[in-house]
Amino acid sequence: MRFDPELAEFRFGYGLSPTLPAPADARQMLQRLMLDDAAAERFVIPGFSSVLDRMQAINALRRKRRKSQSDKAAEDFLRERRKLVRQMRRDQLIWMGATFARRAWTRDAFRERLVAFWANHFTVRGKGSVTPWAVTPYIESTIRPHLTGTFSDILKSAIKSPLMLQYLDQRSSRGPGSEAAQRMGGQAGLNENLARELLELHTLGVDGPYTQTDVRELAELLTGLTFHPSKGTRFNKKAVEPGFETVLGKRYGGDPGDMADIDAVLEDLAVHPATAKHIGRKLAVHFVSDTPSPDLVEALQQSFSETGGDLIALYETLLYHPSSWDPSAGNIRPPLDWVSAVIRALAVPPARLTPAKNDTFFNRLPEALARMGQPYEQPPGPDGWPEEDAGWLTPQALAARLQWAIGAPQLMGGDLPDPRVFVNTALGTRVHERLRFAAHAAETRADGIGLILVSPEFLRS
Amino acid sequence: MTLSRRSVLLKSLALGCTAAASPFVTPVSFASAPWDNRLVVILLRGGMDGLDVVRPVGDRDFARLRSGTGDNHAEQSVDLDGFFAAHPSVNSLMPLWSAEELGFVHAVSTPYRGKRSHFDGQDMLEAGTGQAVGSRLRNGWLNRLLQVVGVEDAQTAFALGHDNQIVLSGQAPYSRWSPDANLNVSPQTMALAKSIMSGDPMLASALEQAQELAMGELSGAVVPEIDENGRPVGREPGMNGSMDMQAARPKLDSSGHVALARYAGWQLSGSARIAAFSLNGWDTHRRQDVALPRSVTKLADILIALKEELGPIWDRTAVLAVTEFGRTVRLNGTKGTDHGTGGAMLFAGGALNGGRVVSDWPGLAERDLYEGRDLMPTRDLRAHAAWVIRDLFGLSVDDLERSVFPGLDMGPRSGLLI
Repeated sequence: MRFDPELAEFRFGYGLSPTLPAPADARQMLQRLMLDDAAAERFVIPGFSSVLDRMQAINALRRKRRKSQSDKAAEDFLRERRKLVRQMRRDQLIWMGATFARRAWTRDAFRERLVAFWANHFTVRGKGSVTPWAVTPYIESTIRPHLTGTFSDILKSAIKSPLMLQYLDQRSSRGPGSEAAQRMGGQAGLNENLARELLELHTLGVDGPYTQTDVRELAELLTGLTFHPSKGTRFNKKAVEPGFETVLGKRYGGDPGDMADIDAVLEDLAVHPATAKHIGRKLAVHFVSDTPSPDLVEALQQSFSETGGDLIALYETLLYHPSSWDPSAGNIRPPLDWVSAVIRALAVPPARLTPAKNDTFFNRLPEALARMGQPYEQPPGPDGWPEEDAGWLTPQALAARLQWAIGAPQLMGGDLPDPRVFVNTALGTRVHERLRFAAHAAETRADGIGLILVSPEFLRS
Repeated sequence: MTLSRRSVLLKSLALGCTAAASPFVTPVSFASAPWDNRLVVILLRGGMDGLDVVRPVGDRDFARLRSGTGDNHAEQSVDLDGFFAAHPSVNSLMPLWSAEELGFVHAVSTPYRGKRSHFDGQDMLEAGTGQAVGSRLRNGWLNRLLQVVGVEDAQTAFALGHDNQIVLSGQAPYSRWSPDANLNVSPQTMALAKSIMSGDPMLASALEQAQELAMGELSGAVVPEIDENGRPVGREPGMNGSMDMQAARPKLDSSGHVALARYAGWQLSGSARIAAFSLNGWDTHRRQDVALPRSVTKLADILIALKEELGPIWDRTAVLAVTEFGRTVRLNGTKGTDHGTGGAMLFAGGALNGGRVVSDWPGLAERDLYEGRDLMPTRDLRAHAAWVIRDLFGLSVDDLERSVFPGLDMGPRSGLLI
């Protein structure tokens, strides 16, 4: 079992493109990660500061309404908020299109897969008027720049990002003995949400060696960490729980608390052996199989431990391990990955990947994704989208994929390819005889393309 | 210690989604359901304003608090029992009310208090544990009900629609389907799809299920439903002159919410016993006089469609429509209401004793309000649901208080059943 360009595109990318060559070897895949981010330069997505600006704008209107108490201020606020929400919804679609375009038109598809992997590991959802539609800028600012550093870097970036602080309620957490809590007379208090997920999901894993006391202490240590729309992430000394905290047997904090205490605990958690195990396994499950070979998991864990969580070394271990190239059936592609692969295989021009009047293909993509079981940027919880194949194979979700696979490609612009040819360009050498027969026997072009797209060969990576 | 919770959750997530798709589960089991009665749970997402749907016009503070909604309350309301009156848009349901097949419970809520977030409120409503749940707890009280009974047939319970229904999620198998997810493909294409998936048991099984659940879009894809004597179940003989399920298939060209109700009714006329789905649109922060009737009308359409579709089985059916919280007793500055606490739930079906509003009314005077702004809940809505489940399905109080709604004190009988 060794490197195979075709498998590289399927397992570590978004499938074959009819126009872009597959990577020549693992070395090239790693080198491309170190070079300029060509896809991001070509298909631009704004960073999260643009979202903070909009939060500031809406907050200003809210203040105005509160101050004046007039009907007009209230109406103004609501009108502006509706306008903003409309704009955010549209922007979210534009950014979704850019994300698809990057995946379809890159030679460096492994980078896009890694972005998605880490974005899912550090899952967020927005709340309120602005951020429910702002996950893509979060990924752009928080995840994408940190793919090739250390796990510690990406962990700090994600945990301290405004959207994470909002999503996991860190923003409203106050030390019970803090100045802020005292002033509010018991109306404010500690929120353990971020602390728990940080241990359970982001670092040590559920089987990790921590207790409820660690969660509580970590929550106290995290107090003060917050953000403000005008300043971004900041440290609010008034919310800090006084005194030291002990997390996993080590003492942090003390008075006065500051951001360095939080960085210190994040750095320690990032290189913990349980974290190495958790991340190593998750990477293998995500890219290779729901039941990865134990020696692959072991190798990843070891690489993580030995290098202190160096991500390039980790990817190198993954790409050079023989088990990664086991040609037997891989994971079911989640709907978002699968749709990306369809767009890539059909070489849908970037101009079609943006909202446009009467474009029933693009405008209905969010609806189609929801039917397939993956509503866009609305994962079920902070643990993100399921890794298990079984999570994606409900009857209604499969029906939705089949329906879309037959109906949508003919709306993407351009002529449908001949299924007898497409079966080869989309799948290379992995075509089973049954599928080759189906591609010839289909009643219409659209049916033929649809069948190829829902074949096990195309659904699995 | 909650350390093992994660693995349990992961397991239940996988099973919940996959029981249907797993190659090790027979796609359609004809095992008879453990009970004959039917339960439909409708989640009214957004926070229904119980005070406007079921108006306490006999409360002396009500008119003062709710003047200025645009519709003249006292005159246009539909009298229910002298004290309570229904929103005018409930009018189409008055035949059900008169037949004692529709009733309301007032001044109830889940134990959720404080932050009035839709997100957390709905999680608590669906989890039914009475405790603040993490945003990723996907284990609902209807699923625990299935677990307690030991239901193994995934087609006993249906979560309908595209949204994720936590209320049915969990370890026990159940089916998820959305009536608009039909498989409109030609027989040839379906045959080819089956062929190409034949080497992949997981995919093949999911496709087969999809074909069955798509309700006879294709010839040969009809789900035959059989009673405990092995006879096909369907409409009353002669009702449409045929026992063919294809003929009994409801029309799904109606709009989304009615299609959901019809599909639910159709499945419940067969081997299914539980159905859950959502109706959104209750978050009436502004112009409630315009927004609320739209949602109430939809809910009324749903109940009428359910009754129609269920036919004689309506007599053995209970429908509970519940919401995450009520709304403020006072109107806000935009002729709407904001998130509150106590509210109302609706119950319907021939199995329930309707024609009344069940309530331990707290009053609307300033001192009677919750935090000076919301209707004070006087009973946990889970207690009502628990009593209905006990009487309908014969579960023990012990199972209900320990497993289905852990920590709940069911209290005295709620008497929603005859």
